[in-house]
Amino acid sequence: MDAVVLARLQFAFTIGFHILWPTLTIGLASFVALLSGLWWRTGRPVYRDLMRFWLKIFALTFGVGVVTGVVMSYEIGTNWAGFSRSVSNVLGPLFMYEALTAFFLEAGFIGILLFGEGRVGKAMHFVAACLVAGGTLLSTTWILAANSWMQTPAGAVADAAGIYHAVDWWDVVINPSFPYRLAHMVCASFITSAFVVASVSAFHLRRSRNIEASRTAFSLAMWMVLVLTPTQIVLGDLHGRNTLAHQPTKLAAMEGLWDTTRGAPMTLLAWPDMSAERNRFAIEVPHVASLYLTHSWNGEVQGLKAVPPADRPDVPVVFFAFRIMVGIGLVLLATAITGAILRARGRLYDTRWFLRVVMATAPLGYVAVLAGWTTTEAGRQPWVVYGALRTADAVAPVAAGAVASTLLVFIAAYAVLLVAFLWFARRIVIAGPAGGETPMPSALRPGPDRGAPTLAGAAPALPARPAPAPGE
Amino acid sequence: MNALISADLPALFAALVAFCVVVYVLADGFDLGVGILFLLAPRDADRDLMMASIEPVWDGNETWLVMGGTLLLATFPAGYYVLLPAFYLPVMTMLLALIFRGVAFGFRLQTRRLRWVWDLAFAAGSMVATLCQGFILGGLVGGVTVRDGMFAGGPFDAFGWLGLACGLGLLGGYALLGAGWLIWKTGGPTQVFAREVAHAALLLTGAMMVVVSAWSAIAVPEVAARWFAWPGIAWLSPVPLLAAAVMATLWRRIWTGGDAGTFVLALALFLLGFVGLVVSLWPYVVPRHITLWQGAADPQTLAFAGVGLLLIVPIVLAYQAHAYWVFRGKTRLTLG
Repeated sequence: MDAVVLARLQFAFTIGFHILWPTLTIGLASFVALLSGLWWRTGRPVYRDLMRFWLKIFALTFGVGVVTGVVMSYEIGTNWAGFSRSVSNVLGPLFMYEALTAFFLEAGFIGILLFGEGRVGKAMHFVAACLVAGGTLLSTTWILAANSWMQTPAGAVADAAGIYHAVDWWDVVINPSFPYRLAHMVCASFITSAFVVASVSAFHLRRSRNIEASRTAFSLAMWMVLVLTPTQIVLGDLHGRNTLAHQPTKLAAMEGLWDTTRGAPMTLLAWPDMSAERNRFAIEVPHVASLYLTHSWNGEVQGLKAVPPADRPDVPVVFFAFRIMVGIGLVLLATAITGAILRARGRLYDTRWFLRVVMATAPLGYVAVLAGWTTTEAGRQPWVVYGALRTADAVAPVAAGAVASTLLVFIAAYAVLLVAFLWFARRIVIAGPAGGETPMPSALRPGPDRGAPTLAGAAPALPARPAPAPGE
Repeated sequence: MNALISADLPALFAALVAFCVVVYVLADGFDLGVGILFLLAPRDADRDLMMASIEPVWDGNETWLVMGGTLLLATFPAGYYVLLPAFYLPVMTMLLALIFRGVAFGFRLQTRRLRWVWDLAFAAGSMVATLCQGFILGGLVGGVTVRDGMFAGGPFDAFGWLGLACGLGLLGGYALLGAGWLIWKTGGPTQVFAREVAHAALLLTGAMMVVVSAWSAIAVPEVAARWFAWPGIAWLSPVPLLAAAVMATLWRRIWTGGDAGTFVLALALFLLGFVGLVVSLWPYVVPRHITLWQGAADPQTLAFAGVGLLLIVPIVLAYQAHAYWVFRGKTRLTLG
């Protein structure tokens, strides 16, 4: 394989794996902040138990997210030297601001959030939780501003050597697709996290354990998805119309539309054949694509043939990824509405088949996020900066063998990481939000010298162990 | 150094990048050092205590690595896109090592039977990351192959004897910082263990500082000229002399000094080493190919980045200090 394909594979794999963790921590950080605030204001132990429980999952997730994120900040240089040479004047400060405003904020208060309970007051704990949650959102903002600029570059001009220079920072950051992409991604993270919370709570409800805490969390999560899944569909529609305006070729690939058409049909399923420039086995609904894209029965939608074949993305990848995302969105919407109907009839917590359905939704948000990300990134090809810088011109002068071998090592390492994470998360989930004194994600708490019982140097066998798990 | 006083923009930002690198090396240095010493510790209780002493702060320390990288991209892109491909293998290996080391914090306490796996991941991750940083440093001092403003060498260029010497020096130096941290933050047998290993760490650090200095002076004529030509030698000789004095003091005071003494002196030793490095590499972003002024970003980019740095870095330092303050005092293992 050539260096471009390998570099793309490596970047896609490492960022695709990385994105799984922020997706959960963005939502969970806000959820934990909510629980910390509720515990501070109401003093109800159920909020404390839930907060501690979700903090353990959050801590495990956050750790993997941080270390896989460090990889990303260096891969832009190691694998994409041409890209960083061309756009560093524009995107460099955005990445820098992400580290400066977001990562430090998270890192500065994560210690207090995880280990500070009992050392700082409830109010300070709540503040720390809010700052960590704010950090995750700020991070999302900067990174999506940078990504959106690559999709819809604005506020900068290229010189003869292909080096971009910023002329208006406001235009660079608030570029045309940024608000839609940001809203769509944050909403996706909250929905994914809410379904994870709902799924874990449904698991406990089915086993009739931790009833009060699980009902509270399940109720909160189901309200959340009832509000957010329809919102996400509206946001997706706005985002799609923005793509139509600014990245028509990507949109044509999403729709599988080859000829520029008035009254374009919605293609439910098909096999887009790139060499024949048409769809095989297409199932179409006339006029509907024009209706939802242009909000008019006979609106014109640009087709793939408007650009030469060399400027088109891999159509089947974009086409199917988009359908997976939308399909999952509809399943999640149906789940949320069913939950609302059951709630209205007073049967939300003990309809066993529904609890089972909700349990099954936990991975769906992730699949949708990965599919959505594939749609937007693969849809941008063959450009790394849409219409301006080709991916082939962006790679680094690195030997293909070096990229291939590190890619294999990354695949092996991330597989180990994922298995270990799922194993430990499963154990925390099964233990559940027990009441009483199991406060921290780790059983060991660093503490100041305030007469706390000293175990250092006491007995060789350390009592401060996590409870033995069922698996051992 | 004169250019710093005349305060042109690239030199100012070079100082900022250098500041981030220093903070990273000192901060992550001691927690990597704790990892380097991890498996040497005689008892599980020591390991639990060692890990607990850095658990609330390591994430903030490592964030300076991301900060340094993104700041380099924003302010000296030439350094970023030439050096990172040049150090492809050591950088990638370092990142992998940091991954395993980082997740060990969360994972090792979740299991008892397989705890040794995560102990090993933490210790080996710390050591491999340190060695890789050494190879990157060695490659920087030795110089990289550049043609048409891009890296033009091979993937194994960074792995040389000079890099290995730098790596061993960093292993010793970080272990010394880690030992100093443990002497400061722990008590009892763990503190005794830290004192026991500190001498060996100091010996390795000192030996490798001599080897690397001599090697780079012999192998790179420009470095030798910088250090030994008159009148430079008069200005620069205090750096190695001070370093020797710090090492001598450390050697005598590891068992008898105050709890924080070793840590502070180890920090001073690192700072002196860093000053020496800056003297050897000034004024290059990519040594002996691209200077600070050739490799700097646009003035408007520097301005946009600079506003945020001036406003936010002090705040960041303040709340990082706050995090250290919340977890001040000797680390104890308390029942949850």
